Amino acid sequence: MQLESMYQEIILDHYRNPHGRGLREPFEAEVHHVNPTCGDEVTLRVHLETDAAGESILSDISYEGMGCSISQASISAMYDLVIGRSVPEALETGEHFMTLMQSKGDASVAEKLEDELEDAVAFAGVSKYPARIKCALMSWMALKDASARALSVTGGLS
Amino acid sequence: MTATVSRPVGTLPLDVETIRADFPILSRTVRNGKKLVYLDSGATAQKPRAVLDAERDFYENHNAAVHRGAHQLAEEATDLYEEARRKVGRFIGTDDEREIVFTRNTTEAINLVAYALSNAATAKEEAFRRYAVRQGDEIVVTEMEHHANLVPWQQLCERTGATLRWLGLTDDGRLDLADLGTVINERTKLVAVTHQSNILGTINPLEPIVARAREVGALVLVDGAQSVPHQPVDVAELGVDFLAFSGHKMLGPSGIGVLWGRYDVLDALPPFLTGGSMIEVVRMEGSTFAAPPQRFEAGVPMTAQAIGLGAAVDYLSALGMDKVEEHELAITAYALEKLQEIPGVTVIGPVDTVARGGAVSFTVEGIHPHDVGQVLDDLGIAVRVGHHCAWPVVRRYGVPATTRATFYVHTGYDDIDALADGIREAQRFFGVVPRDESREVS
Repeated sequence: MQLESMYQEIILDHYRNPHGRGLREPFEAEVHHVNPTCGDEVTLRVHLETDAAGESILSDISYEGMGCSISQASISAMYDLVIGRSVPEALETGEHFMTLMQSKGDASVAEKLEDELEDAVAFAGVSKYPARIKCALMSWMALKDASARALSVTGGLS
Repeated sequence: MTATVSRPVGTLPLDVETIRADFPILSRTVRNGKKLVYLDSGATAQKPRAVLDAERDFYENHNAAVHRGAHQLAEEATDLYEEARRKVGRFIGTDDEREIVFTRNTTEAINLVAYALSNAATAKEEAFRRYAVRQGDEIVVTEMEHHANLVPWQQLCERTGATLRWLGLTDDGRLDLADLGTVINERTKLVAVTHQSNILGTINPLEPIVARAREVGALVLVDGAQSVPHQPVDVAELGVDFLAFSGHKMLGPSGIGVLWGRYDVLDALPPFLTGGSMIEVVRMEGSTFAAPPQRFEAGVPMTAQAIGLGAAVDYLSALGMDKVEEHELAITAYALEKLQEIPGVTVIGPVDTVARGGAVSFTVEGIHPHDVGQVLDDLGIAVRVGHHCAWPVVRRYGVPATTRATFYVHTGYDDIDALADGIREAQRFFGVVPRDESREVS
């Protein structure tokens, strides 16, 4: 079976026991993203706090989602990666994840990104299945959207 | 957990092995050497060699733009194209080829009618205003529709100020006709209903709907995308005004679809797309239009595709549509039994074969449909997952999506066995093997 390359144990763990799930307050922005070809959905809230250096920090991301294991595990892995990071750092991590998704299963790409992506590097196998890439990316698109909206509410210090 | 439902005795109405040999793609392997088990004909059907040969023959020997040109190739191309029109007409029970309009697919056929009805409201010629849809009018659909037979009507209502109303569904996957008499009323201009649901498999009772529509003088459009390929359909028997269907779901090429319309209705409609081929006289100040079907076929048409569809119709007719229907019914009955004996599997749609076609949607407890589909794909089994372009239907039954298996002339019992084994494999893979409650009763 080739399936194990996509459904890494780490992904299934995130799917079964998602980290940070649930909608919480406070939040500055809430977005709802759907994957129109399959009906996957995520509602995602972002709460920003400004640190001593004046940077906008993602102090909480809360979410409710509905969808396949890949889409739901991706949100959970993203949560672990970006909580406590500044918005630009989180968006940069999102770019790395995008690079991984475009790697078409090239192991060298995943290897280079291991430090930046931690658990999320386990999604490398998804890049071999074009139809599933959008599942893995939905949460990151929602985060990008919600962060931009939250920044515009808080005055955009980042 | 072992399978207990065994294959029915006796042979299937169609000789599956012989038929499979006609479909080149069915001999290829997928995902590292797995035999292809194609259970996605409802999305698009595979093509027999006869269809591919007809297209190739057209391009190699007769290619020209139809209905124009004074040369021999143009004559041959026009003859072949018009012969395809006659074949398709006979296939659905009309000898009047003027009633067959070639479109790109079902979606375009339905849009053609929807736009013609709003264009009618502003048509210069009085004759084109007869079926105009305006503010205060109502369009009726059902909750079972494919987006192709829903969104065009929503848009028509937005353009004209008309109101969209719909018939709901029962818990067992049938149309709820309790409100038929009020939903279809004197304000109704058109009723658009699917003949066979692409997601539930339900075959809808058209008689009461047509009868009510006739009482109030409304037009009836039937979405035949899932019925024309799978059962005998006769437009005279249906008694409706329009029937839309796609070539690619009935063994034909993609890019060709059909709008059948009663001639007197088609003749009273203004055009949808305009340009070459559909005109009568063109002056700088304005133009007049050709009679149907040319009025609705602007531009150089999909000639090779229409000829390919003609070959598909020949292929299906040679098998016999009665037999095709019977065959799929046998496969569907077996699939319903085989799937429902798996603990955790729920069929969404009618669970018996009464007024039911071969689209079987299901959920597997604890596994998202995409993940079910991925495991099946790994085993070489092609199914569709998601909302199947019928989002309101999955919403109605409280599931985010389904996995759907659809059947055709090359589907055998072995394909269903592979599907059932694949579902059990998915349950093992994701570690969700529900308790078999039926065994705990005793």
